[in-house]
Amino acid sequence: MKFVDEYRDADLARTLGTQIASLADAQRHYKIMEVCGGHTHTIYKHGIEAHLPDNVELVHGPGCPVCVIPMGRVDDGIAIAKRPGVIFTCFGDMMRVPGGDGSLLDAKAEGADVRFVYSPLDALKIARENPDREVVFYAIGFETTAPSTALTLMRAKAEDIRNFSVMCNHVTIVPPLKALLESPDLRLDAFIGPGHVSTVVGCRPYEFIPADYGQPVVVAGFEPLDLLQSIYMIMRQLDEGRSEVENQYGRVVFYDGNTRALEILSEVFTLRPHFEWRGLGFISQSALGLSDDFAEWDAELRYDVPGVRVADPKACQCGEVLKGVIKPWECKVFGTACTPETPIGTCMVSSEGACAAYYNFGRFAKSTARAGA
Amino acid sequence: MADLEEEVLARIERQRKLRPRFRDDRITMAHGAGGKATHTLVAGLFEQAFRNDALAELADAAIVELGGLRIALSTDAFVVKPLRFPGGSIGELAVNGTVNDLSMAGARPAALAAAFVIEEGLDSAVLRAEVDAMARAAQGAGVSIVTGDTKVVERTKADGMYITTTGIGLGESRYEFSGASVRPGDRILCSGYVGDHGTAIMLARGELDLDADITSDTAPLWPLASALIESAGEELRVMRDPTRGGVATVLNELAADADVGMVLEEDAVPVHPAVQGACEILGIDPMYVANEGKLLAVVAPAAAGAALSALRSVPGGEDAALVGEVAEQPAGMVLVKTAFGGTRIMDMLIGDPLPRIC
Repeated sequence: MKFVDEYRDADLARTLGTQIASLADAQRHYKIMEVCGGHTHTIYKHGIEAHLPDNVELVHGPGCPVCVIPMGRVDDGIAIAKRPGVIFTCFGDMMRVPGGDGSLLDAKAEGADVRFVYSPLDALKIARENPDREVVFYAIGFETTAPSTALTLMRAKAEDIRNFSVMCNHVTIVPPLKALLESPDLRLDAFIGPGHVSTVVGCRPYEFIPADYGQPVVVAGFEPLDLLQSIYMIMRQLDEGRSEVENQYGRVVFYDGNTRALEILSEVFTLRPHFEWRGLGFISQSALGLSDDFAEWDAELRYDVPGVRVADPKACQCGEVLKGVIKPWECKVFGTACTPETPIGTCMVSSEGACAAYYNFGRFAKSTARAGA
Repeated sequence: MADLEEEVLARIERQRKLRPRFRDDRITMAHGAGGKATHTLVAGLFEQAFRNDALAELADAAIVELGGLRIALSTDAFVVKPLRFPGGSIGELAVNGTVNDLSMAGARPAALAAAFVIEEGLDSAVLRAEVDAMARAAQGAGVSIVTGDTKVVERTKADGMYITTTGIGLGESRYEFSGASVRPGDRILCSGYVGDHGTAIMLARGELDLDADITSDTAPLWPLASALIESAGEELRVMRDPTRGGVATVLNELAADADVGMVLEEDAVPVHPAVQGACEILGIDPMYVANEGKLLAVVAPAAAGAALSALRSVPGGEDAALVGEVAEQPAGMVLVKTAFGGTRIMDMLIGDPLPRIC
């Protein structure tokens, strides 16, 4: 496939792997966190760890937007979906996320009209085509997907489409990173910065990581060679004793981000004072709600929702997995009570979740790759 | 540390080998998607209730001994939406689907029964077109449609029409094919480009605003199957058509049946660039996407070359490829060697990326 195969060349990967190995100090163990769930997925899907030396370890961070939605917010969504006359729309991965009592997929089987869409604009289209129904879009994601929700809301307002509303669960990338860096049990050497988020926010927001915590950040693309190259760039920084923000994904990410998108975000959204993250708890100023100008399209204002906080299941260690404190397989319920078919924690739900990715792709990956090499 | 990881992995493997139990409160779309939930429903409910030797194989077609003859019997319901799509339609699928299930059992398809569930208000021209399509497909596959049934249900109840076909064929071969006969060292063959049907349906629904020149691969598989049987004889272990759940699901089923590892070479599997591109955009792996005119075969190593040539000599098999090998490990699983030089496990399909494709 043109413009994709170029980033998946096995020979180049081997060369990069050798260069990374030559930069790694044999006495040292390196822990590098990829923040973004998309990176986690690429790492397992293509078997990237096969090209890394044993002492360079990748830790899977909290950047899967589906995984961080707390159960209470899922229940709120289901309550809206079950209202008569409502067409409830969301991204496909969201449908399987368990709330306190079942998922949106279960609600669908019980009769709720839940549909998956690839874009919020598709949800708006459904609203246009079904004027006698109420269409709700369950918005999730970091700054990556927030602009498309914002544009959809602006269009809804411009066309005065009143049977459409958004339940906003958009979150922002920097506060959880800060929370992570502040947690005492975390031991990391560097960060692979999230590529898609950075197309919007740019690289500047990460400058506090090298400045305040002395750790390198390299913003990376999503093809396997992108990731290997960014690991190489990190290893070079560590080897040379530098720590700064570098941009590997220059073909897409500008250092200052997408200023137009940022303007739209500030027009449509306001920062919530605090928001609950699954596994990480409440983090202040970490999520977006609709601004007063868009209050009429705010599903949380339009409908009564339970708004009950549901504690994470006790056995589930999603929080520690998200923080990179433990590996997925170290969780007490991993692979037994918690599997991709019957997920307990959200890390197992989305294919981008650290646990699901490890369950589907990671097992055997290292040992067999070595045996074959 | 590493030991503990191994222990956890071993525990998961044990878990995966247990007979699936059907414990869901309700049927969701995932139970019809051909992946893990479907497998759990079939093995955990139907197989338990109907228990018998022919069923225990859980193959697409069963072999029943009647008066000294080995009769292959198979049935399939078709609920595809939309009814017509690039490269085919529900009528054509209904014939080829059942014909192919018989063919995979090594049986020459002989006769079909067809049951129609038709929605009140359906345009007769639509029905006529599908009946014509079935007649043409039956002729093409060398079968007769010899009996049937018609039901009409209220408006909005059947998406236009559903068709169920049941077929019989004569197990002509002296050989028995079964997933359990697969053993380490065997080669895995694929008869051509995969992922076309499911992708064509997805695009034909028009919900994605994607446009590409992709057509369904619906076709009868008997010519390919008989060429394989002829060339490989008893060296042919098993044939399967990767419909719902795609190549990934078939390989997982075979790995579980024979308790062997199926090692797939990712870049050896033929996938059209347009299909690859559409799947890339949608975040779907073409290995999980349905086919309606392709087969996977496992053959003993000595017969692999001849079997591949035999496939390639039949129209529709020109692009057949050797796509992998059977290994002892990882037992019960499918290991993919990625084009990037890594490896990963390819599990059964979970959830439901593509509803109503056949």
